[in-house]
Amino acid sequence: MNGSLGDKFLPGLWRDNPGLVQLLGLCPLLAVTTSLVNGIGLGLATLAVLTLSNGLVSASRRLILPEIRIPIYVLIIASLVTCIELAFKAFFPTLDRSLGIFIPLIVTNCAIVARAELYASRHPLADSLIDGLAMGTGFALLLMAIGVFRELVGQASLFSGLDMLIGGEAVRGIVLADAGLLLAILPPGAFFSLALAVALKNALDRRRRLLSNVRVARNPRRAR
Amino acid sequence: MNKPPTIFKTGVTLALVAAICTMLVAGTYRMTAPRIAANERVLLEQSLQPALAGIFYDSGVTESRVVIPPPHDLPGRDPAVVYRVYAAGEPVAALFAITAPDGYAGPIRILVGVDLQGAVSGVRILSHRETPGLGDKIDASRSDWIYQFDGRSLGNPELAGWAIRDDGGEFDQLTGASITPRAVINAIADTLVYFAAHRDEIFAMPASTDEAS
Repeated sequence: MNGSLGDKFLPGLWRDNPGLVQLLGLCPLLAVTTSLVNGIGLGLATLAVLTLSNGLVSASRRLILPEIRIPIYVLIIASLVTCIELAFKAFFPTLDRSLGIFIPLIVTNCAIVARAELYASRHPLADSLIDGLAMGTGFALLLMAIGVFRELVGQASLFSGLDMLIGGEAVRGIVLADAGLLLAILPPGAFFSLALAVALKNALDRRRRLLSNVRVARNPRRAR
Repeated sequence: MNKPPTIFKTGVTLALVAAICTMLVAGTYRMTAPRIAANERVLLEQSLQPALAGIFYDSGVTESRVVIPPPHDLPGRDPAVVYRVYAAGEPVAALFAITAPDGYAGPIRILVGVDLQGAVSGVRILSHRETPGLGDKIDASRSDWIYQFDGRSLGNPELAGWAIRDDGGEFDQLTGASITPRAVINAIADTLVYFAAHRDEIFAMPASTDEAS
């Protein structure tokens, strides 16, 4: 693999974002993004699992027999998720309760097994770690963006429950109004928010494509 | 193309990977287990504390736990958990972890603290699935609704008054949700009735040692 660090990192954030483009791991994405803090929590947990599983799969890719690679991925991912869950219970107990079943359910996040199969099993360790970090960050950023949107619209607040991440007194966050549009927090709001995010990404991509076409259409030598 | 590996080779590889993964999980478990147990104890003590507002006690609340198996006269059909609270060896209050079976979206788990005179020392919702924005205002983190029971007892108001205002009672309702507050208020009133009838019995029971709750 050649190319700069940015060439390897950026696809995960934007072009191949696991949530926005590959539409993988939607169950946790839709279920926990009722607030920014929840989004950060699950985002970080997924990021950790994805990076570590990419690393382990890549490091052992020469030993793994192709015939049984899927059960081995499942074993590796399930063990890592269990470790992360124990770590959450030990260090962020309240956040763990807030995320509930969705930490163990990271096992079923297809984004992770997809990266193991599509990338880590064919690339060296360093590249696979970078890919895991990039895809995980892309997924975490999407979780946070949708969390911000749903919390702002649904509760008119931001950072509520921050104490679950950093400890201390219960935090109600920045409260902008007494009540928000309830719909955003209920399950349908999750689908609307994701649809808006995907539409926004497509619109931005389209705009960029149009702009670059215009630039090519004009004689590039005349452009300043 | 290589010929497919033997079943022996695949089996050994899988067993090896499974062993390594198990070691990884076991190691993490050993490292985190004490912290997790401590967190759970703290969490339990912390969650019990708000229902004991204004009560001085020096006993470890969790060690005085009794489980009352159904059928009992407390709300709900689950086993009810009671924590006895002592100061200098004398009983001062009891905490009831009970279930209101008739919430709008399933059962509501409630913690009711009652002092020796039968007055409510505090009520907290342990878990619920009520509608966000409407019924979830019973939760102390969402509104102050749950505090209106502090200091109330069976004579204050009389049993008929333990209802929302719409039903002719003395307690505030929640806009857009009447089933939820009804369930909570009924559960508290039933608990007070039970405590009045069984007070001495509760404090005489030996502590339950089993960990199921």
